[in-house]
Amino acid sequence: MARFVARRLVSMVFVMFAVSVLTFLIFNVIPNGDPAVRMAGKQPTEEQIEEIREEWGFDEPVYEQYVVTMRKLFTGDMISYFTQLDVVDEIIKGIPRTLSLAIGAAIIWMFFGVGLGLFTAMRAGKVSDTLLTVLALIGISMPVFWVGALMNHYLGFELGIFPNGGYVEFSESPVDWAYHLILPWTALSILFIGVYSRVLRSNVLDTLNEDYVRTARAKGLSERRVLLHHVLRNSLIPVVTLWGLDFAVVIGGGAILTETVFGLQGVGQYAADAIGQLDVPPILAVTMFGAFFVVFVNALVDIAYAALDPRIRLESDSASA
Amino acid sequence: MATRDQVATAEAGTDLSLEVPPELSGKQGEGSDGASPWRLAGRRLKRNKTALAFGALFLVLVGVCLAAPLYAEHVANRTPEDQPASDETVPDNGEEVLVVGLDGIPIGPTWEKEYFLGADSSGRDVAVRLLYGGRNSLLIGTFAALGTILLGMALGILSGYFRGWTDGVISRIMDVIWSFPVILLGIALGTALALGGLDLRDFSFGLIPITIAGDSLAIPILIIAVVYIPYLARPIRGQVLALREKEFVEAARAQGMGSFRIMFSEILPNIVTTLIVFFPLLIANAILLEAALSFLGAGVRAPNPSWGTMINDGVDRIVTAPTLAIVPGAMLVLTVLALNVFGDGVRDALDPRAKVRIDH
Repeated sequence: MARFVARRLVSMVFVMFAVSVLTFLIFNVIPNGDPAVRMAGKQPTEEQIEEIREEWGFDEPVYEQYVVTMRKLFTGDMISYFTQLDVVDEIIKGIPRTLSLAIGAAIIWMFFGVGLGLFTAMRAGKVSDTLLTVLALIGISMPVFWVGALMNHYLGFELGIFPNGGYVEFSESPVDWAYHLILPWTALSILFIGVYSRVLRSNVLDTLNEDYVRTARAKGLSERRVLLHHVLRNSLIPVVTLWGLDFAVVIGGGAILTETVFGLQGVGQYAADAIGQLDVPPILAVTMFGAFFVVFVNALVDIAYAALDPRIRLESDSASA
Repeated sequence: MATRDQVATAEAGTDLSLEVPPELSGKQGEGSDGASPWRLAGRRLKRNKTALAFGALFLVLVGVCLAAPLYAEHVANRTPEDQPASDETVPDNGEEVLVVGLDGIPIGPTWEKEYFLGADSSGRDVAVRLLYGGRNSLLIGTFAALGTILLGMALGILSGYFRGWTDGVISRIMDVIWSFPVILLGIALGTALALGGLDLRDFSFGLIPITIAGDSLAIPILIIAVVYIPYLARPIRGQVLALREKEFVEAARAQGMGSFRIMFSEILPNIVTTLIVFFPLLIANAILLEAALSFLGAGVRAPNPSWGTMINDGVDRIVTAPTLAIVPGAMLVLTVLALNVFGDGVRDALDPRAKVRIDH
């Protein structure tokens, strides 16, 4: 197990390095034109551009520029030339909000996704299955920023059932915190509920045909016990993996649309607000850290998986030998 | 040559296309008349009336959007960029009404020829912009999906067939692209390319003398195509890894067929089903991603309309004129839903076990 963990962590570091190189290339090498002008945002002066060129080493060779960029990122020495604020500080400020959004939504979408998936699998072929399956399809076809905006307007503004945007710190009032987050949680969950219920439904239908399910029934176990302990437990494994990865993606930047529509001022919205000004440093930093986070959680999920299922680590041990 | 191809297709049938639950194929008496896998899939799709209906709906939506110039010229009398004079009035319920009221609120749906769905805050005809925007959204979605299919197919086949270091390099690049949340990678590329665009000479040793401007529609097409490549290249690679060990590939190799010829005429026909299954679902996701990028300002640039930019405009004014947000969003949902339902039907008909997952 220790060998597996060590190897997985080493490969994680390599992927992170590659991610940082690709991000660097996207912003500083691939596009046409002067990177200093791009970094400076809208309407910079000549002196500003000259200063940025000096600071980021845009006259130096490419690898030198990469080193400068990474140093700026990790020493907290990167500022947005539009707001003059420190980029890493702003990102850290947004993290609790992004986390609040992601945690609540992940719980909601897992609960309803699994519930709906199990229910439709049990009713496979019946009218309620068809209706709910269509609903799930509609759910994955709706853009979150559109649903979110409509929910915010009609439920928040017109009817006044929920607060119309805004965010309250958890430490200030947990109830208000949740109350302000109900709409964003729901909007963000809709897509995932659609996806998870479809995945779980097909997993359950596959598992129902397994021999051990027939055995369990033949033993005379109650249908409820068969479903919960034999079918659901085994159908859940791929869904739980998916859950870990999706959770990471949402925190790593996937929540950007939800945050923007509800004005949550999280990490994602910080990047989104920079787009309009073509203010590159915040977007560069959020992209880099977001992808790092996803790579990190991927490694964690793999390790957790290997800890639970010895076949995986043995397989990869023998494959590498 | 012909016989070998037939063998290859038959192999494809048993391997990829015919994995129908036995109870289904038994009940329908399928496969007993020796019909080709394609014909069987066609029959299965034909029986799926819901999928066909939604496929037809998609075609209707495409047709309507393609007819945008006709509608603009002959019905609405306006281009998507036309802004009326400040005192211009149009008929609405038998009255003459200002297009943009004195309070700045634009006219709502008139249900007449002009301003059928009302005006946006600059007094532009929403119905005209909706159709032109749909043209852009559908164009970007379709070409981006085609780009993903071509690039993902090429990379998947190359890495699965050659294995070794080719596979190592391609798979690692796929892993890296895969690590980025889709929307974030789209935004990064969108903002980086917004100012100067892309000079293809830099990537082709000066051979392709094309510069793509930052506000060109080719930029979002390219971005979206690249972002989704790993979602296709990975499953293709897996299939090719299995296919290259098959007898018909070995036979081709033994007869002295070159690697690229084998990939093209032996491997490719066997992964076509996967490509077809992915295509409608990729278009649906590409349209959604285009809308998201445009909504955030990293996709289609104003004043060029797209459903995403229209939703963005609408959300800004949702309190005074909610229709501006509802209408383009509803069109978008209808289009994506039609593609998803139809795509599901195609998958069930061709390859019901295919695990297609594309992130948003």
